[in-house]
Amino acid sequence: MDWEYFFELLLGGLTRGSIYALIALGYTMVYGIIELINFAHGEIYMIGAFTALIAANVLTMLGMNELAVLVLASVVAILYSAAYGFTVEKIAYKPLRQAPRLSPLISAIGMSIFLQNYVLLAQTSDFLPFPSLIPELEFMEPIAHIISSAEVIIILTTAVVMILLTLLIKYTRIGKAMRATAQDRSMAMLVGVNVNRVISTTFVIGSALAAVGGVLIASHIGMINFYIGFIAGIKAFTAAVLGGIGSIPGAVLGGMVLGWTESFATGYVSSDYEDVFAFALLVIILIFRPAGILGRSTTQKV
Amino acid sequence: MLKLSNVESYYGNIRALKGIDIEISEGEIITLIGANGAGKTTTLMSICGVVPPRHGEILFMGRPIHEMSPDRIVALGISQVPEGRRIFPFLTVTENLDMGAFLRKDKDGIKKDIEYIYELFPILAERRNQAGGTLSGGEQQMLAISRALMARPKLLLMDEPSLGLAPLVIRRIFGIIEKINTENRTTIFLVEQNANLALKVAHRGYVMENGRVILSDAAQNLLSNEQVKKAYLGV
Ligand SMILES: Nc1ncnc2c1ncn2[C@@H]1O[C@H](COP(=O)(O)OP(=O)(O)OP(=O)(O)O)[C@@H](O)[C@H]1O
Ligand SMILES: [Mg+2]
Repeated sequence: MDWEYFFELLLGGLTRGSIYALIALGYTMVYGIIELINFAHGEIYMIGAFTALIAANVLTMLGMNELAVLVLASVVAILYSAAYGFTVEKIAYKPLRQAPRLSPLISAIGMSIFLQNYVLLAQTSDFLPFPSLIPELEFMEPIAHIISSAEVIIILTTAVVMILLTLLIKYTRIGKAMRATAQDRSMAMLVGVNVNRVISTTFVIGSALAAVGGVLIASHIGMINFYIGFIAGIKAFTAAVLGGIGSIPGAVLGGMVLGWTESFATGYVSSDYEDVFAFALLVIILIFRPAGILGRSTTQKV
Repeated sequence: MLKLSNVESYYGNIRALKGIDIEISEGEIITLIGANGAGKTTTLMSICGVVPPRHGEILFMGRPIHEMSPDRIVALGISQVPEGRRIFPFLTVTENLDMGAFLRKDKDGIKKDIEYIYELFPILAERRNQAGGTLSGGEQQMLAISRALMARPKLLLMDEPSLGLAPLVIRRIFGIIEKINTENRTTIFLVEQNANLALKVAHRGYVMENGRVILSDAAQNLLSNEQVKKAYLGV
């Protein structure tokens, strides 16, 4: 067995999986709180990538160095995406909170189509080159044929983000409010949680994570267009369902499982069927665990 | 302290409260009895703003609260032990208690109150790191009451705290209700199916039928009222 090739695929899968996980968290957190599949979430990721592209171009023109551009462009993208996520919820979902469950779902699909076309019109349908902002790390030289600097940074950034998110959910006031709201919304109201604020916060956090994913993957792959949100969105949604939608560790695990499946299957079998492997895996796991790998069945003792 | 005037509440097009008037003074234990579907739970949810009334007025300590959001109403000092306990199933016992004190800022006070509750209910102390959903029904009821107390409410709303509990536990819980009332001077609005028991601890009572208040009187008078006896006391 060619171990070097194996590790290359393993780390490649981890990189992909990290990005899927970052986006999947947005799906799963929103679903956990309001039981809505936010189809517009992929577009928020795409908008994050576009914002970073524009910001990076402007900052580079101003003569900043690579690292400063990366950091600043990411911050701008995060703020911008968060603002979009916040606004989408207020416009498209909040007015429908009492409506039948299908209504906000349709509204979400509408939002997704609207945002795609808005970026298409405001920008272009062509792929735009994205500057490779992630610096080459010198100490990585000896193992650069197995894992690139960009991949290392993607994996590390994702790990740090996940740890921060876990701490936020577990220990902060807003984190507790989010968990309580997810478990019983009207009871959360009865102990004084401002549920509207919790829902907004959830969208803001999910969107910010998607923006981080957007910046990382765009600077890794090197080009973006208005459609990347759709593909990444479907994959990340698959990851969220795989792991058990509503479960935060599930989204991370689902992302990794999906990343590895794609990486190994394309590496050892064939790269023509990349997407087939992802969805075949989804079908297989859902047959054996309908609630996803870490999903819990909805029945609970009241 | 609390005054409902001509309150009407709806679920979609269903008119669950058809214009009710209720008045509660500070320090009282008031009970609300009525058959299934009479609108008791809806009354409590309307007071808390979870089912905001479509008509009428609710005053709490002189302030109109019928258009306030639930979190602001809680902040004014009303908390609820809801029907079916509604423990957060995946939060630990301690986290559930913390949630009860969600709007309080006095960390030391919260800690002290949790200790007090663990003295009052040693079984909860034993289970403090266990998920709320894994407690037994009686333990959950104790936790639900404790969680409501953690807010240090001025007015405590309780929806059928005796539901599904063994007689011994029920007696214990009613003992605690009286204790809260006399020691903390917390006003209590108690919804009960168990009219006999409720009328024994309460000062006054209201009887509800089909979305309307049909009777209100001192608890003792209701206990001897023929209509109440027949319909709710099973005599
Ligand atoms: N979420 C809801 N949607 C629609 N109708 C509801 C809802 N909740 C209650 N109702 C209706 O409103 C009326 C009053 O219900 P409510 O729960 O207030 O009764 P209750 O007096 O608390 O009854 P119980 O003793 O069984 O708890 C009932 O006719 C009920 O069917
Ligand atoms: Mg009821």
